[in-house]
Amino acid sequence: MSTEKTYIELYQQFSHAIQKPCAPLLNAPRDAAMDAFIRMGFPSSSLEDYMYTDLSSAFAVDYGLNINRLSIPSSPNDVFRCDVPGITSWVYFVVNDSFYIAPHQPALPDGVIVCGLNEAAEKYPNLLKQYYNLLAPNNEVATVAFNTAFAQDGFFMYVPKGVTLAKPIQLVDIMRSDVDFMANSRNLIIIDEGAKAQFLECAHTADGVQFLSNRVTEVFVGENATFDYYSLENTHNKTTNIASLYLRQAASSNVLVNEIVLHNGLTRNDVKIDLQGEYCQTMLCGMAIGDKAEHIDNATLLVHAKPRCKSRELYKYVLDDSSVGAFTGKILVAKDAQKTEAMLTNRNLCVTPTAKMKTKPQLEIYADDVKCSHGATIGQLDETALFYMRTRGLSEADAKLLLMYAFMADVIENIRIDVLQDRIRNLVEKRFRGELSKCTGCVVCK
Amino acid sequence: MLTIKNLHASINGKEILRGIDLTVNAGEVHAIMGPNGSGKSTLSAVLTGNPLFTVTQGEVFFNGKNLLEMKPEDRSREGIFLSFQYPVEIPGVSMANFMRTAINAHRGYKGLEPISASDFLKLMREKKELVELDSKLASRSVNEGFSGGEKKRNEIFQMAMLEPKLSILDETDSGLDIDALRIVAEGVNKLKRDDNACVVITHYQRLLDYIKPDIVHVLYKGKIVRTAGAELALELEERGYEWIKQQVDEE
Repeated sequence: MSTEKTYIELYQQFSHAIQKPCAPLLNAPRDAAMDAFIRMGFPSSSLEDYMYTDLSSAFAVDYGLNINRLSIPSSPNDVFRCDVPGITSWVYFVVNDSFYIAPHQPALPDGVIVCGLNEAAEKYPNLLKQYYNLLAPNNEVATVAFNTAFAQDGFFMYVPKGVTLAKPIQLVDIMRSDVDFMANSRNLIIIDEGAKAQFLECAHTADGVQFLSNRVTEVFVGENATFDYYSLENTHNKTTNIASLYLRQAASSNVLVNEIVLHNGLTRNDVKIDLQGEYCQTMLCGMAIGDKAEHIDNATLLVHAKPRCKSRELYKYVLDDSSVGAFTGKILVAKDAQKTEAMLTNRNLCVTPTAKMKTKPQLEIYADDVKCSHGATIGQLDETALFYMRTRGLSEADAKLLLMYAFMADVIENIRIDVLQDRIRNLVEKRFRGELSKCTGCVVCK
Repeated sequence: MLTIKNLHASINGKEILRGIDLTVNAGEVHAIMGPNGSGKSTLSAVLTGNPLFTVTQGEVFFNGKNLLEMKPEDRSREGIFLSFQYPVEIPGVSMANFMRTAINAHRGYKGLEPISASDFLKLMREKKELVELDSKLASRSVNEGFSGGEKKRNEIFQMAMLEPKLSILDETDSGLDIDALRIVAEGVNKLKRDDNACVVITHYQRLLDYIKPDIVHVLYKGKIVRTAGAELALELEERGYEWIKQQVDEE
């Protein structure tokens, strides 16, 4: 427990400093969350949910934390070069865990709020208290409890009843520090009844130090609301990225989640989607492209709590070199959730004999009138197709590229923003061509 | 153009080709016939560099170059084309993307610039008509969901796009109804020139009614056992392969 001890002592010693800049709403759940963390400790591979990814060792690095909220000596606009040129969106930044607004933003529609989480907690306590920390499983997931205990800021977004956002909201997460650094940022997104919004979050690293980002996002999607959540990770090889998304859907809502890991170090993405009303539609998908010693673990849980909801889940991995992929996809259909339709697919390509993929699709069904399926495959590139293509003059490298790219096509098609889809298509192709073997602007990855 | 000398090849240690000798000159159409299991498809696989087969003896020269030392893609770029007996489905790879990559690989090999988008579309349109393929072809995945006839027409379409010097048609007639057979054969005939050549591998005479061979070979037990003019194919159609098998087995 020595790693834990460091952080427990830090929490106890600097409790006042952690709380001082923060709204009461953020401070209220800290102690209970810390107690839960003390009980659990950092998750090691001895736990079933972490058997493929030991996170405890990732925390052992001596990271700095910016508890005293020192300002960062550079503006995010200088550091960041947008990965999606041509996208018209409202752009915001979270550098480590501090919120920034990109300059020259057009006004948001009436009633829409986008600001830092702490600012929101101070300005709109009555709104936030109905939502903040409601979905985060502090008593079950140690990294979430850790986030709740330490989180001081992050991103907040509220789209009121019936409002449609004509453009996506883009949040750029940048890790920026001169020393090894950890951030525990916290996001809260509320899409009210009948509202429509698209949200794109991309994660980047700006410096060649070791980073640990432990981010928790809670999302509430109201009745008849439509929400797209895209996340794109393009971080360097010395990054540990732990991103936990907890999303609740009310009746007749429509949600698309697409999590794309293009380049990374060690990544653990947790997604839990709770279908708490009838007639919900959910598309949950993701892709991971790994090479070198990159490690990507997606752990997902879809809960069909109410009848007549439809969900589809699709995750794909292409693993090169000695990269490691892990996938856990669990669909839970509650006793009352009759007429559920749920399909879960995980397909993986190991391009080299040293790449490893571990997959665990799971269905847990308590209702008796449902249509559910699950399937997982791990394979290599189709040799017959490779030969066929080569007999037409394609080099082996080009043939492989086309096949890998084709393999990912259906995940890319599940992007409902055209320019983003084009850009991701382009980035994936570049990644397979080896042109993105370093994250953009990176000095760390070799 | 193509010179094969004493070619032996095996798969998983089992010898299939046992000393093939064959010369194909520009302007010629050769038919290679033979009973099932005689090695016809193995010959086409070996000529195109299929890694499943191992050449154990012999040599193959194509326009003066040692073919057996070349990678499959370089054989294609040098001008060898195989129309597959079983064309491969490649989900997610569009015909347009596939063909553009192929054409640019051929052009790059010759030191030419990549083809422009408009020239490429024009070329696609022109060659598609040759085999009466539907207009949505470009956006469809390679062979995915194609009928048997469409797959074979798609092979000839690719042949038309790549303009090979030597085309090998491996059982192109199998699985085709009479209309598809006519379209495929007409396509092949339109591509016929004095400076290219064609090897038609077939079990039946049927295709040779449409594509007239100059020379007919019979392959049996991994060797060419008979070579004659087009009349040999007609004789085989009439009498079957048994008499040749008997003669050869007695020799």
